[in-house]
Amino acid sequence: MRTPVSTTAPEVRLTEVSKAYGAGGNALLALDHVSLDVPGGEFVCILGASGCGKSTLLSLVAGLDRPTLGSVDVGGARVGLMFQEPALFPWLTVSGNVELALRTRGVAKAERRARTAELLESVHLGGFGVKRPHELSGGMRQRVAIARALAQDSDVLLMDEPFGALDAMTRDLLHDELERIWSERSLTVMFVTHNVREAVRLGNRVVLLSSRPGKVVEEFAVPLDRPRRIDSAEVSRLAASITDRLREEVGRHGS
Amino acid sequence: MDPDIRTSMGSGSGPAAGSPMADSAISRQIAGLDALEMVARSRPGPLRRVWASLWPVLAAVAIAVGVWEVVVLSGWKPTYVLPGPADVFPQLWKDVRESAFWSGLGLTMRRAMIGFALAIIVGAAIGAVVSRVRFLRVAFGSLITGLQTMPSIAWFPLAILLFQISESAILFVIVLGAAPSIANGLIAGVDYTPPILLRAGKILGLRGIALYRHLILPASLPAFVTGLKQGWAFAWRSLMAGELLVIIGHHTSLGVRLEYARENIDAPDMIATMIVILVIGIVIDRLFSAADRTLRARRGLEPS
Repeated sequence: MRTPVSTTAPEVRLTEVSKAYGAGGNALLALDHVSLDVPGGEFVCILGASGCGKSTLLSLVAGLDRPTLGSVDVGGARVGLMFQEPALFPWLTVSGNVELALRTRGVAKAERRARTAELLESVHLGGFGVKRPHELSGGMRQRVAIARALAQDSDVLLMDEPFGALDAMTRDLLHDELERIWSERSLTVMFVTHNVREAVRLGNRVVLLSSRPGKVVEEFAVPLDRPRRIDSAEVSRLAASITDRLREEVGRHGS
Repeated sequence: MDPDIRTSMGSGSGPAAGSPMADSAISRQIAGLDALEMVARSRPGPLRRVWASLWPVLAAVAIAVGVWEVVVLSGWKPTYVLPGPADVFPQLWKDVRESAFWSGLGLTMRRAMIGFALAIIVGAAIGAVVSRVRFLRVAFGSLITGLQTMPSIAWFPLAILLFQISESAILFVIVLGAAPSIANGLIAGVDYTPPILLRAGKILGLRGIALYRHLILPASLPAFVTGLKQGWAFAWRSLMAGELLVIIGHHTSLGVRLEYARENIDAPDMIATMIVILVIGIVIDRLFSAADRTLRARRGLEPS
């Protein structure tokens, strides 16, 4: 498996980013001076309890929203974003959804069909192109969403709790899938989750955010060999210590 | 970033994951899970489906005719005023063998189609502009809904002043009757485009016209069809009111036929014509409903 290249310049750089919603006394501070560098090829997991501004962070990196203070720099990298819901277009077939992403990118019509087939094949959905999204299971839909994100030829893939709504067995398999795709395509992944084991299973690094407002509390390196298993002792051990830190953080809000 | 975190990042690589064996095992497991999750839905045959949707209709018709017959038998009104099914259905059968009936029906349907087509054009144009421009939205949004509640017959005095007794007067009222529903359908569709899809569309890079073409219009289609269906009901009502009020020359459209039958105290022909009007209204409504259902079923919004 590919070793992430840590020598390259950061592909995503957040510098002192704050984001407030609303104005005046009612303003809600979602992110408070968050600085984060993500080198090209890294798989970084962003972990936090509710209200830590995880989704806000991804929206900012995706360019869907602007920071109130500070700067977000993706250095011209193409950014794809996946949500907890697959957000596929229900009026298009599975192929149609992937093809639309190619089309908006300006891929020639003749090439689209072959590229679509190839992308669906790469998420093990080769035979399902003619189906409609609602005919597939949740895990399959989420794989279509991965194929669609890959169709954008993104350098950076942002994932907002993408497997949060799936059953455990499907989720574990998709972890394997995502790890393979990440390593094959030299992607940079920013993966938001509230599942500590999932973060340790997947990330090179786990960034822990506090809640209300979101701040970087601590970063944990995950020096474990891949492939990892979510139920391995090493993953559990590291996850336990991160969970302790997370609980401590959450406990501050109870008093 | 902490320097020792940076250096430790490189160490998380192992030899086995990329190997073909591990990959094929994953593939097999994924394929197995997919197969388990895909439930083959068996659908009943076409005959059975037709029958399933037909029998309630037939039952309703039988009950309605039965009640009608009972009312007639009760002697509430003399039969020359309220004839029973036994008088009306033979009259209906006689009517449908006359060419005058068909030319009248043709005239009515031509008016309906032209009026409805105009209403679609006007309604869609208004809906498109109003849903897009915030100011117009605030100014006209509730007015459009208000227009829907205006009984179409109340427009006729104005229509006759503007266009005299003419086809234009009828078309004017059809358009006013149907266009608000059609505009509202489109506006609702644009409004209720799921935000998550809009976010996905933005991420995909859909902007401007492409955003409308690939996302907002297809997403609004079911609501638009619902608007069309409602618009049709209003158009049909407006047209019938118009044909009773605006009688042009010697054309015996359905409305005129109804009016003549009343003048001649030909109650069986009057009720036969009413049945024709009802059936046409229902048939076209069913066509829109079928389109609506197909659309929703294809999107998984309803069990097919």
